[in-house]
Amino acid sequence: MSGLEREADVVAAIDRRLGAGRVARKALRYVFPDHWSFMLGEIALYAFLVLVATGVYLALFFSPDVSGTVVYHGPLQTLQGAEMTRAFRSTLDLSTTVPGGLLMRQTHHWAALVFVAAMVVHLLRVFFTAAYRRPRELTWLLGVGLLAAGVLEGFAGYSLPDDLLSGMGLAIAYGVALSIPLLGGSIGALVWGGQFPGPGVIESRLYILHVFVLPAVMAAAIAAHLALVVRHKHTQFAGPGRREDNVVGTPMWPGYALRSLGLLFSVAGVLVLLGGLVQVNPIWQWGPYELDRATNGAQPDWYLGWLIGGLRLMPPLEIQVFGHTLVPNPFWGGIAFPGVVFTTLVAWPFLEPRLVRDRARHDLLDQPRDHPWRTAFGVAFFTWVALIFVAGAADRLFFQFGIPYTSQVHVFRALTLIAPPVVFVVAKITCEELRRTRVRPGRGGPSRRVPRREDAGFDVLGGPP
Amino acid sequence: MTDEPRVAERRAGADPRAELAVAVLLVVAGLAAAAFAVLIVAHPQTQLLGATLGGALACLAAAAILAAKRVVVREVAVEDRHREETARPEDDEALAAELRRGGDGITRRRALGAAAGVAGAGLVGALVVPVTALGPGLGDAPNQTPWRRGRRLVTTDGEALRADAIEIGSFASALPEGADKRELGSPVVVVRVDPRTLRLPRARRGWAPMGILAFSQICTHAGCAVTLFRYPVDEQLSKGPALVCPCHYSTFDVRHAAKPVFGPAARPLAQLPLAVAPDGTLVAAGPLSGSVGPAWWSVKR
Repeated sequence: MSGLEREADVVAAIDRRLGAGRVARKALRYVFPDHWSFMLGEIALYAFLVLVATGVYLALFFSPDVSGTVVYHGPLQTLQGAEMTRAFRSTLDLSTTVPGGLLMRQTHHWAALVFVAAMVVHLLRVFFTAAYRRPRELTWLLGVGLLAAGVLEGFAGYSLPDDLLSGMGLAIAYGVALSIPLLGGSIGALVWGGQFPGPGVIESRLYILHVFVLPAVMAAAIAAHLALVVRHKHTQFAGPGRREDNVVGTPMWPGYALRSLGLLFSVAGVLVLLGGLVQVNPIWQWGPYELDRATNGAQPDWYLGWLIGGLRLMPPLEIQVFGHTLVPNPFWGGIAFPGVVFTTLVAWPFLEPRLVRDRARHDLLDQPRDHPWRTAFGVAFFTWVALIFVAGAADRLFFQFGIPYTSQVHVFRALTLIAPPVVFVVAKITCEELRRTRVRPGRGGPSRRVPRREDAGFDVLGGPP
Repeated sequence: MTDEPRVAERRAGADPRAELAVAVLLVVAGLAAAAFAVLIVAHPQTQLLGATLGGALACLAAAAILAAKRVVVREVAVEDRHREETARPEDDEALAAELRRGGDGITRRRALGAAAGVAGAGLVGALVVPVTALGPGLGDAPNQTPWRRGRRLVTTDGEALRADAIEIGSFASALPEGADKRELGSPVVVVRVDPRTLRLPRARRGWAPMGILAFSQICTHAGCAVTLFRYPVDEQLSKGPALVCPCHYSTFDVRHAAKPVFGPAARPLAQLPLAVAPDGTLVAAGPLSGSVGPAWWSVKR
């Protein structure tokens, strides 16, 4: 058959030069277990690819210069004659006069929102199914690091255009940096090149961080994350024929490759459609930043909402020693709170084995109900962070529903203390009941035992359990 | 090869209608992408660009997924997971022995270790300390402001602020005349309330001529601009006049010298003593009363 010979020729030609034939064949037969929740990480990966592609285009036209000002003359009538930095000006220009510039900018922004969202949902899936257990602790740590880097990368990105929201965000970041006990003043002065807003150096520093340092670190971390996934092979849920010592699913070639390609194009397609059709961050409406400008009801990108919530909810507590401010207030919401969240995430895979005395290797995933105590902790912890996140949008709740802001703050302060323990108890009881009754909500009645035939067990795999 | 996954289920044979649909989707994707290329040159309108490129990608996605489900071979495979293979104790021991063997015959192990520590610490220092080139220390900056006795208050357009132009309940931003407006100590807010309701500390009695008060505009919580002035229409029904920062809603009671009354701010806004010049314009009667902006070690209450 001529088709087969042609493929053999191509493969042989490549193998002679790379010696990768055996590895490539193994890769083609790599088995991916089937479950929709295993695609969340892939969505994050593909959003990252879209970010790199659109980001390269934007970097060709953007200038991170805030050292001086220019007077605007261009297609935007409302800003004619306004004084602004080149950073703001170049962002306006790439949104108005560069062909496809606005599409790329908005797609980039949407992709950032989806990227972090996909990472968070992926993290929740991994947590509640306990995929982080031995031997995958490093994979988890790399993932947590990627989440932190993603949030920082996003913040650096939307701080670049030097519009009003950029400036407000940077002012808060400066306040938070200053709040680090003892060292804050020096750190703030180092990063900003002096007292905020500094001598016009912060944007170029954020720029190199945003377009080179963080993306390079993240690309390396993603590569290591994926390499570890392949090294240990994918985890899978328990089920007929699915055991600790095997992997059941779709081989890479051709089924999974095409499906994953389909997911890549879906993610990219949705992001481009959003970028083209749904406006995001219209900086010409906010205008350029000045020290004495700020707007009411402003919200950052969603993934910083929890930090805004932490800053807003904290009562006016500052610690003074000898007439000096040891712990300024933004420390609690801006550093201690994310510090607790990320420390918990980093420590969890090492803490849990100690607490439950289970140091064994696990390649089968738990159902959330299998481990009521862990699930209850996860739900309570997530509730705590989510409440603070919602509290960060209390001003929007006021604008939308007229609930007085001050009352909301008092209620949220109380809820962040009361709700987690309540949720913990409710979740634990729910898990224990589900486990006891074997009810599977939305999946019909209790599961049945399907005896395995002597000759071959294959027909059991496809059907319902 | 024992590693070979066993095929548990294999379905070959494409659905002809699916094949046709995949072909159509691929052609539509190609045409939409070509339309994007034409538009970006001829008529770069954002919505059309997004619809064509996004549409092309969506068609490709549909084609790939349909092909995976209906056209190419569909398999379920079972692969053994050699759980002991990723970390075998005998390999680890051999590796550790290999590492140890490299140091055979070394006598002054501890001295060399300490020397390497010195080299490491020195190098880390040499690599880290250049970071200080990025900026100066903050020093006394937050206590320094361009405000001096007699300095005129001007609007952002540079026009002098007249005392009689400021009505009770009004709010204005002001800068020191001729100063750098990108300096944290520059912007102030000017508000006017009924002078009889003022409850300023004794030492500040003369700082608010005609009930006109000025405070640093930079919030003492996290450094945003305080741009909201809450002035009650009816004091029986709502709270007294206050300045509010829109970032975290720290609220400052202007009658009590910007004492924080709600939100996360713990320090009052620094007050600027005011005077009315003979020509009726507002001038500073002295420097700001304290540190400007967010707190750090050197900021005192």
